[in-house]
Amino acid sequence: MDPINISYFGEKFNRLQLANPDNLLNSIRKEGFKTFNESGLPGTKNEEWKYTRISNLFHKEYHLTEDELKSEINISDVNAVRLPGSENATELVFANGKFIPELSTIRSSDNELVILPLEEAAKGVFKELIHEHLDKSSLFIKDGIHALNTSFIYGGVFIYVNKNKVLDNPVYLYHISDARENHTLSQPRSLVFVDESAKLQVVETYSTIGSMDSFTNEVIEIIVDTNAIVEYYKIQNDSITASQVGTTHIRQIGKSFVHALTISLNGGMIRNNTDIIMEAAGNEAHMYGLYLLKGHTHVDNHTLVDNTKPNCFSNELYKGIIDEQATGVFSGKIFVRPDAQKTNAYQSNKNILLSDDATVNTKPQLEIFADDVKCSHGCTVGQLDEEAMYYLRTRGISKEHAQSMLLEAFAADIVGQIKPEPLRIYVEEMISERLSVN
Amino acid sequence: MEEELKMLEETVASDYKYGFVTDIDTDVIPKGLSEDVIRLISLKKNEPEWMLEWRLKAYKHWLKMEEPKWPNVKYPEINYQDVIYYAAPKKKPKVNSLDEVDPELLKTFEKLGISLGEQKRLTGVAVDVVMDSVSVATSFKEQLSEIGVIFCSISEAIQNHPDLVKKYMGSVVPMTDNYFAALNSAVFTDGSFCYIPKGVRCPMELSTYFRINTENAGQFERTLIIAEDEAYVSYLEGCTAPMRDENQLHAAVVELIAKEKAEIKYSTVQNWYPGDENGRGGIYNFVTKRGICAGNYSKISWTQVETGSSITWKYPSVILKGDNSIGEFYSVALTNNFQQADTGTKMIHLGKNTKSRIVSKGISAGRSQNSYRGLVRAGKNALNARNYSQCDSLLLGDKCGAHTFPYIESKNKTAVIEHEATTSKIGEDQLFYCEQRGIDAETAVALIVTGFAKEVMNQLPMEFAVEAQKLLAISLEGSVG
Repeated sequence: MDPINISYFGEKFNRLQLANPDNLLNSIRKEGFKTFNESGLPGTKNEEWKYTRISNLFHKEYHLTEDELKSEINISDVNAVRLPGSENATELVFANGKFIPELSTIRSSDNELVILPLEEAAKGVFKELIHEHLDKSSLFIKDGIHALNTSFIYGGVFIYVNKNKVLDNPVYLYHISDARENHTLSQPRSLVFVDESAKLQVVETYSTIGSMDSFTNEVIEIIVDTNAIVEYYKIQNDSITASQVGTTHIRQIGKSFVHALTISLNGGMIRNNTDIIMEAAGNEAHMYGLYLLKGHTHVDNHTLVDNTKPNCFSNELYKGIIDEQATGVFSGKIFVRPDAQKTNAYQSNKNILLSDDATVNTKPQLEIFADDVKCSHGCTVGQLDEEAMYYLRTRGISKEHAQSMLLEAFAADIVGQIKPEPLRIYVEEMISERLSVN
Repeated sequence: MEEELKMLEETVASDYKYGFVTDIDTDVIPKGLSEDVIRLISLKKNEPEWMLEWRLKAYKHWLKMEEPKWPNVKYPEINYQDVIYYAAPKKKPKVNSLDEVDPELLKTFEKLGISLGEQKRLTGVAVDVVMDSVSVATSFKEQLSEIGVIFCSISEAIQNHPDLVKKYMGSVVPMTDNYFAALNSAVFTDGSFCYIPKGVRCPMELSTYFRINTENAGQFERTLIIAEDEAYVSYLEGCTAPMRDENQLHAAVVELIAKEKAEIKYSTVQNWYPGDENGRGGIYNFVTKRGICAGNYSKISWTQVETGSSITWKYPSVILKGDNSIGEFYSVALTNNFQQADTGTKMIHLGKNTKSRIVSKGISAGRSQNSYRGLVRAGKNALNARNYSQCDSLLLGDKCGAHTFPYIESKNKTAVIEHEATTSKIGEDQLFYCEQRGIDAETAVALIVTGFAKEVMNQLPMEFAVEAQKLLAISLEGSVG
C-alpha cells in the first residue's frame, strides 16, 4: 500500500477520534486502527487472501466521507435503486457508507423494530448490548481490511428486533456510493440484534453513481438469540468500477435458525466473508451463494462455519458460472471444535467454466476436532452435461438456447432459496436476462 | 463409550515394536552444518567436482531460505547445527550374495520380519539396503544389468553414470524448490538410483529399506528413477527406524521421470518411530517427492501407507506434462498418540487429455492430528483434463483431529475436476453388527479400519501389502484393533 494512503488514513482517523469522543466507540476504533497499522493490507501470501489481490485497489486516492462533507445523494438516487417489494419494507439508505435517516423509511412499529444511528444507540438503553456485541467479528477476522472498517466506525446503524416479534416487513439496506467526482471509499457498519423468538429478513444491495471507482468495505454483524429466525440476502449487481469487501458475521448465541444467501452478478473485485458462528447447541444454518460472472469481475466467497457447541446442523451450497475473463474463488471452512459432538455439516461448491480465459479456484476445507460428527464436502469444476445438451438439441432446440436453459436450471437451485417472493422474481428475471440468447 | 475410551488408551500404551539399535561400527562426522561439512561429505564419498559445486550452490541457497510455517503441524524449532550430516557403516563390504553381508545387519532385518534371504528366496525382490546412508548390500544386480536396468546407490551412480545423474538430478525437484529440498541437495549422503532403458519392463519389484540407525543422525536420502520410453518399473520403499528419545530429522527427495508410454509405480510403507505415548521423540519426516510424466501416454502412480514418524510433511506429486498422461495417488495415513501428519498430493495438469485420481484415507486416533492437503491444477492448455479426488477421514477417539485442505485451480473450461471428502467415526451400527456375530470390539474395529483402507491397500504390490496390513494392525493394536 502506498505510504501516502497510510498517512491519509491516520490523519482522518485522528480527526474522527477527536470529533467524536464517545468512550465505547473510541476505544473500539482505536483497537481497530492498531490492528490496521500492525497487519496492513492482506497480501496474497496470506492464506485467506491467496487468490484475491486487494493491494491494487489502494493504489489510488480515495475520498472518505466525513461529517462536514455530506454526499449529494438525494431521493431520486434512492428511487433508482429501490428493490421490488420495497413498498412493504423498511428501507435504510447508506450514502458513501453513512446511514442517512432522512432518506430512510421505517415501516414497522417502534415496539417491534428499533433503528438507531450507531452512535446514538451506544449512548442509550442499548449501550450494554452494543458493548457486548459490537466488533466480536474481529476475533475471527484479524486482517487489516476488516480493521480498517473498525477504525472508522462512524455513521453506522443499529437494528434491534424485539422479543417475540415476527416481522412481516423485510429490512432493505441500500448502499449508494457517490463516485461522480472522486474515487470513493465507503465503510458501512451495522449491528443487528434479533432477540428471542423474533424473526427478521435483511436484504442488502449496492449501487455506484458516477464513473469513478468506488470501494465498499462493509461489516455487518448479526446476533441471533434463542428461537429467533434470520434470513439474510445480499445482491451484488453494481458497475464494474465498484469493488467490495463485505463481511457478514452471524453469531447464533441461542438455538436458532439462519438462512443466508449471496448473489453476485456484476462488479469489479468482490470479496464476501460470510461467517456463521454456532455459539449454542442445536443451531441450524443454511448458506447459499450464486456467482454469475463475466468481463474481468473477480468474486471471492469466503465462508466459515464455526461449530463450538454440540448438535448443530449446517448446509452450504455455492454455485458459479464463470465466463469471459472472470475469476471465481470459493473458500469454505468448517470448524468443529472439541465440544461440538454430533455436528452435521455439509458443504458443496459447483462451478461451470464457459470460457477459455475464465478461472476457478476453490478450496473447501474441514477442520475437525470432535469424533462423533458427520461432515462432508464436495466440489466440482466442469462444463454442461453433454448428454443433457444432446437431449435438448435432438428436440430441435438450438445450441444457444439449450445452453441457457441448462444454465438457468443450474442457477435455479440457489435462486429458489430466496424466500421473499418479489425479490425472487426480480433475481430470476435478472438471471434469465443475463443467460438468454440475444 | 467409556469402554471405547479405555480401549483407545490401551492403544496409546502399545509399544513401538521395531525399537532396537543395531550395533555396527559407524563412521560419524561431528555435528553441525557448514561449507566444510559439505566438502567433507563430498570428499568422503569421493565425488567429482561438479557434484560438490552443486551441493555448495544448494547450501548457499538454503541459507537464504526460511523454514515453511504453513503446514498444520507444530514442533519445537529444529537446530540444524545439532544434526550429524554423515554417518556410514565402517565395514563396507562389496557383496554379491547375502552370505557376505554383515551378520548383524541380517539379524536386524530378521527382527523386522523382512529378512533378505527370505525375500530373495520367496519373492524374487532385489533389495538395495540403505543402512544409515550408505548402501551395503545390493542383490540381483547382475540379473538386472543383463537387461540393461541400472539399479544402484546414488553415490555409485555419481561415479559410474555421471551423465545420467547430471542430466536428471534436480530436473523435477530443483535444489531451490523448498527449504528441505535445498537442505537435502546440499547434504544428501545416499539413496537409490534406477534407470530403466527403452522398452524394458523391469522383471522384478525394486526395493529399498531405509533404516535410521545412528543416534542424532539425520537421514538425507536422494532417489532418482528414470523410465525411458515404454519402460515399466515398480519401486518399493519401506522404512522402519529404531527407538530414540531425541527427534531425528529426515529430509528426503525423490524424483521420478517417466518418458513416453513409460510407467512408474512407487510404493511406500513408512513406519518410523512415532514417539512414545507422551509425544516424546519420534522422527520428523519432511519429504519432497515429485514425478513428471514427461512423455505422452506416461503414467506415475504413488501409493503410500504412513503409520510412523512424529511429524509427517509429505506431498508426493505428479506433473502431467505429456498428453494423455495419468497420475495417481493412493494414501493411507494413520496417526496415533501425539503424531501429526500433513500429507497429500499435487496434480498439475499441463498436457491434453491428462487424468489424475486421488484416494486418501486418513485415520486419527489418540491425540493426533491428521491433515490432507492437496492441489489439483488444470493449466490453460490442459484440454479435457480430468481429476477425481476422494478424501475420507476416520476419527477414533474424541481428542484427535482430522482436517482437509483441498485446493482446486482450473483455468480451462474443458477440465472436469471433482472432489469429495467425508469425516466420520466408526458407525455404531457397523460395530454392533460385528459384535452381534461374536466378534469382539477390538477385532471389529480392526476389521472396519482394514475395510476403510482397502481401496488403497489393493494398490500395493503383494509383497508389501502383507507388511502394510501388519503395520496397520500393530499401530492400532490394543485399542482400535
